[in-house]
Amino acid sequence: MTARLALAGAALAALAVPLVAPVYYTLLMLPFMAYAVVLLGLNLLFGYAGLLSFGHALFIGVGAYTGAFLTTYTQIRSLEVILLIAAALGGTVAALVGALCVRYVKIYFGMLTLAFGMVFYTFLLKFYRVTGGDEGMRVLRPTLLGLDWSAMPKTDYLVGPYYYYSLAVLAVATIVMWRIVRSPFGLCLRTVRDNPAKAEALGLGVARYRWRAFVISAVYAAVGGALLGPPTGNVDPTLAYWTQSGNLVFMILLGGFASFSGPLVGAFAFIFLQDSVMSVLTYWRLVFGAILAAIVIFAPGGLMGLFHRPSALEVSRR
Amino acid sequence: MVTTNVVGILMSGVFHAAVLFLVAAGLQVVFGVQKIFNLACGSFYALGAYAGVSAVTAFIGAGGPPVLFIVPLVAAGLAVGLVGLVVERGLLRYVYERDETFQLLLTFAIVLMMEDLIRMTWGTAPRSTAGLYLAYGQARLLGAAVPVYNLIVIAASVAIAIGIGWLLARTTFGRIIRAAADNREMAEGLGVDMRRVRARVFTLGTALGTLGGALVIPATAAMSEMGVELIVEAFAVVVIGGLGSMRGAFVGALVVGVLQAVAISLYPEMEMLLIYLIVIAVLLLRPQGFFGRAAA
Repeated sequence: MTARLALAGAALAALAVPLVAPVYYTLLMLPFMAYAVVLLGLNLLFGYAGLLSFGHALFIGVGAYTGAFLTTYTQIRSLEVILLIAAALGGTVAALVGALCVRYVKIYFGMLTLAFGMVFYTFLLKFYRVTGGDEGMRVLRPTLLGLDWSAMPKTDYLVGPYYYYSLAVLAVATIVMWRIVRSPFGLCLRTVRDNPAKAEALGLGVARYRWRAFVISAVYAAVGGALLGPPTGNVDPTLAYWTQSGNLVFMILLGGFASFSGPLVGAFAFIFLQDSVMSVLTYWRLVFGAILAAIVIFAPGGLMGLFHRPSALEVSRR
Repeated sequence: MVTTNVVGILMSGVFHAAVLFLVAAGLQVVFGVQKIFNLACGSFYALGAYAGVSAVTAFIGAGGPPVLFIVPLVAAGLAVGLVGLVVERGLLRYVYERDETFQLLLTFAIVLMMEDLIRMTWGTAPRSTAGLYLAYGQARLLGAAVPVYNLIVIAASVAIAIGIGWLLARTTFGRIIRAAADNREMAEGLGVDMRRVRARVFTLGTALGTLGGALVIPATAAMSEMGVELIVEAFAVVVIGGLGSMRGAFVGALVVGVLQAVAISLYPEMEMLLIYLIVIAVLLLRPQGFFGRAAA
């Protein structure tokens, strides 16, 4: 119940941000909301299914470039259509990649996903005639709910309609994920994570459950990725690089993978911490590396873990 | 003419393979004993490269003869390998009992920190040792001009490969390493001080990476991104060869190095794509790699 209250409180606060906060911080909320969608999905895979993907940036890339391709090469400007196509493409790619990956766990799963991620990254980088190479592609301003905002100054568009649109997407994504993890499916996933042998003996198809979690997480990542493009108006291959995948896992760990709202907290903390560190010194990686090391060594439960400690079982070798 | 080109391409591939092997060997020896996939080995490689540039520049600036530049280069590469000891004692030793997810993430944290530490120390502009690459001249190999320096590095890498093979197979330390890789608890039960073994092995692995970085530097410039770029290549090497296997690192490095050189000259778009597709094929068909053990 407290979790629901906290979520509702956070949602109310998010609604008020454009009205009360400076434009700068409202703009910072945009990548936060996009990454929060990505992380909600990734946490289903990492926190609930126990699989560490080191290539999830692949699906962010799929989503972000879907937006760029559609607005550049076709007449499609509607963000709803872009999100749907991004989700469908992300899910399709994940269905294929996942079918190959879910036979493996732990480090081999991580390595396979990393390799697939790098395949996509090198494709984006090297086939520059289609993808723009390392300069990336432009994302034209999408229409929202059929309304064309092209006359509006960019900042007004971003802190106004686009902000609330992102927030709505995040809210829907959160509610859907809440239902997923509370469903029998979510419970089965945790069984598969904690004791795959027993799950198999109980008649749960372990590989099938992992595959489903992988596809769902990829759909989330693609939707989040598609939301990342319009604020900057540009997408480039670094979105799909392996260090980006590492940062995603970092964000999850920062928030705490053992709780539902950990990904939201992690994305928020990461984006705003990065901003405040970068405003003081350029070497944000040094500070973040130190933070990550400290979390891994001292607080594997992440920020949320500081409130309720995960049991030793969840942290130690699975 | 055709043979000349082919020889030239192959030799540049083998040169790259020689450097890749050193980094991959460092990755393998650490994975063998610590069971940690060390993402930071690419960062150690970058550190070695920058240290090499600084040492050689200082050496030439102090009036040292250009022909001897390889001495400070190798010395610097090996010396910064001691960073491994600091990293192992300061960070890694706290996570040996943890889930491998956390171990992987800790090495990722080291990647982040090292990248900025290098930027803080050496700045963001690429650094190179101008003009020393051809200090030893060029050799003619079936009509192709190959820098003698490349041949030296290739020879050194092969020598190190033989040296590691000897170390693992014939010395007491090597037997301890193999025992610890096989069965840590049994090794500890038989009186092996795992703390010391881990510290030494990690330092050895780091020194191989930093040496690889130092050796590559006369041929190319040191850049702050070189670490994160190399780690994915080294990753391909160990996956193709098989995690934990030295022979695998050797063969994998040759495969990746030569294929890359061939792809660059024939169809540049395919350069890394080809490598990753091979990696995926190997992981799917033979996850233990060509020389890894069956248990995967």
